[in-house]
Amino acid sequence: MMMSLRDYLNRVKPKFEKGGKFEKLRSTFDAFETFLYVPNKVTSKGAHIRDAVDLKRTMSVVIIAMMPALLFGMWNVGYQYYISIGQHASLLENFWFGFQKVVPIIAVSYISGLGVEFIFAQYRHHEVNEGFLVTGMLIPLLMPVTIPLWIVAVSTAFSVLFVKEAFGGTGMNIFNPALMTRAFIFFAYPAKITGDLVWNWAYTDSSKVVDSITGATPLANAASDNLAKIPSLYDLFFGFIPGSIGETSKFAILIGAVLLIITGVASLRIMLSTIAGGVVMTLIFNAIGANSYMTIDPLTQILMGGFLFGAVFMATDPVTGSQTPNGKLVYGFLIGLFAIMIRVFNPAYPEGMMLAILLMNMFAPLIDHVVVRSNVRRRQKRSLKSSVITK
Amino acid sequence: MHTIKIRKGLNIPLKGEPEKTIENIKLPLTFAVKPPDFNGFNHKLLVKVGDKVLAGTPILHSKTNEKIVITSPVSGEVVEVVRGEKRVLLEVRIKSDEVIKYERFKENNQVPTDKDTIIDLLLRSGLWAFIRQRPYDIIPEPTAVPRDIYISTFDSSPLAPDYGFILKGKENFIQVAVDALSKLTIGKINFGLNAKAADNSLFERIKNVEHHYFSGPHPAGNVGVQIHHTKTISKGETVWYINIQDLVAIGKLMVEGIFDASRVIAITGPEASKPAYCQAIIGANISSFVHAKDSKLPLRYISGNVLTGDRIEHDGFLGYYHHQVTVIPEGDYYEFFGWAMPGLKKFSNTRQFFSKLIPSPSYKLDTNYHGSERAYVMTGQYEKVFPFDIYPVYLIKAILANDIDKMEELGIYEVSAEDFALCDFVCTSKIEVQEIVHNGLEMLRKEMS
Repeated sequence: MMMSLRDYLNRVKPKFEKGGKFEKLRSTFDAFETFLYVPNKVTSKGAHIRDAVDLKRTMSVVIIAMMPALLFGMWNVGYQYYISIGQHASLLENFWFGFQKVVPIIAVSYISGLGVEFIFAQYRHHEVNEGFLVTGMLIPLLMPVTIPLWIVAVSTAFSVLFVKEAFGGTGMNIFNPALMTRAFIFFAYPAKITGDLVWNWAYTDSSKVVDSITGATPLANAASDNLAKIPSLYDLFFGFIPGSIGETSKFAILIGAVLLIITGVASLRIMLSTIAGGVVMTLIFNAIGANSYMTIDPLTQILMGGFLFGAVFMATDPVTGSQTPNGKLVYGFLIGLFAIMIRVFNPAYPEGMMLAILLMNMFAPLIDHVVVRSNVRRRQKRSLKSSVITK
Repeated sequence: MHTIKIRKGLNIPLKGEPEKTIENIKLPLTFAVKPPDFNGFNHKLLVKVGDKVLAGTPILHSKTNEKIVITSPVSGEVVEVVRGEKRVLLEVRIKSDEVIKYERFKENNQVPTDKDTIIDLLLRSGLWAFIRQRPYDIIPEPTAVPRDIYISTFDSSPLAPDYGFILKGKENFIQVAVDALSKLTIGKINFGLNAKAADNSLFERIKNVEHHYFSGPHPAGNVGVQIHHTKTISKGETVWYINIQDLVAIGKLMVEGIFDASRVIAITGPEASKPAYCQAIIGANISSFVHAKDSKLPLRYISGNVLTGDRIEHDGFLGYYHHQVTVIPEGDYYEFFGWAMPGLKKFSNTRQFFSKLIPSPSYKLDTNYHGSERAYVMTGQYEKVFPFDIYPVYLIKAILANDIDKMEELGIYEVSAEDFALCDFVCTSKIEVQEIVHNGLEMLRKEMS
């Protein structure tokens, strides 16, 4: 079977090459062919042997790392739904309910984003890049379950087009496209992504709701001084709370984080420094204690909202983050710092993490510039010294 | 003993380590002088087909300085001049005599001690070409005076020859060469030694040199790394380097007045029928002494090592600066869902394959790219295998942008393409880093001259 598939591909390949009948679909064919088979291209210059890794491998590791958060998110969608309507449901029923609601969002995100990617690759005669495989999975995880699918489609297309392709495609973008998708919805359709009603499918028909507490996220409670309503650390950690699909279970996120760290795909430096930044800012606020939000302890702050999800999956994006080892420390630390600051100071933006990461995306090249300059100055000093000696 | 620890780098566990026996090749054979071996060497051909030559007869000279010549490694007859596209001279082929006859470069038996005689002898015999200059990896001008001369006594690249083994009994010649070369620099002759080697006594006995000990993975044996970690090259400075085995030929020239181009090379790689050492001669046709396990398979013959060597045919010729031949399988196959496989038999510097959990002692690596070229996405990969106080990706981007000021600022004079060979290997985006760095240095060299 496998050989006949290869034979088939070999047979149709010429039609997609220059001068072939389907020349216009070359990038598309190429994307599918290289997905099925690692190409037979051999080295012609430079090192004769190459590492077994490629971008497809790396991206699939990231996707696997997101699976625990996704699967838990699906279950939690069902769980939140059934407790709000006062029904008891089994693990499978919860999951099945969530599965039905989440899969369409994933499908729309991929179709819309990959559609734009394929068209651009074709237009530019490039190979289709793997970057969107991760972005397309991150987008659903950042969404409330009630998000209208057309908004997902529009905002994903916007993001791929104006945040990524306009800057030159994967590897060239300044802002994280998945976060920009969320930011786009946040500012264009705020009612669909903020408030107490969007996080739970039950509120799409509020006549059914029997338990009115279950709608608000911990962040919303904190912002409205309802500290008593913040769930227990246990619930916050395991994620039996309302929120965006992938962000609620810190446990599931940490499983992903462990995989990313073991495989070395994501930067441990960024993850840790982000958390350190968050803790430091919280401690400063604790010391000031001007309002009740400032008094929340660091652990709760870190476990609330999308902080950990952002630290593990978004801040570590190698393209939009800092690239130098020292730069990564500063970059992560400032993300943590700003995330908590935005949360506490501006209740209109309950999720400070998104804005903090986007802000630091913008400053990452500047941080790297400062780091690289110090290396340049060291070299100039050395050069000056040696020229003095030889004279 | 002070050891400089190189922490970044990678030893690629390639199959086909050479066995420690030395075999001899049989003459006559075809030999070739290959002008592309000499970086930046603008040459003029001095012989034509049918000419008789001796070992040491000039074949090429430099257009910029006629005193710099490349000479024939053997005596015999010029049989063919091979040209490539745009009539670029690729090979001057010489069929050797059964017994090699040598050009005599000096009459008396005295070893020269003054600088001018030494330079004159090196130039006339063509051995000047053994000396190369950083930056740019070119044959230096005879009038130049280097800050220092560096010689690495070990090669850390995959399956590289063990110089401690092949140079046994040749220390007299090495000492003579060191004494001669020490007249050519205002600085010192520096030896880089492998701190972990079983026996360094041969190199430690050499006097008139500074010994530096290095430990750690490849590229710890690269002369560029050793220079960087002892005394970095600043703008305007030049440092010379020579392969340790080539000191033997220089020593012989000083003592006997001939160009003896014989050298011991390692025949290595997973597809070499019998990986071992061989007493060969520079430019020798490898077909008579490099044999493949299964010559019907598509194979790649490399003059040099798998990271920096040149691709040659199965009947190609040993490069002027190469002390090793490697034979590996070609990788022109499709792999069904290759990127998704567990990868128990795949070697990677990342931790994304199961081979990291159950590593093999050695791997049979081929020439497949294992992916397609992409823009930079991953960060920190080069830094893991690049032991320089330089930001490699920033330097590469400066080169791609043709920004000379930036290249200088970011340290281009301290590196050479071979120092980036492992970056080629580890790159997830399959970017040709060595080529980029080489082009950058070439651009700079032309711009500065």
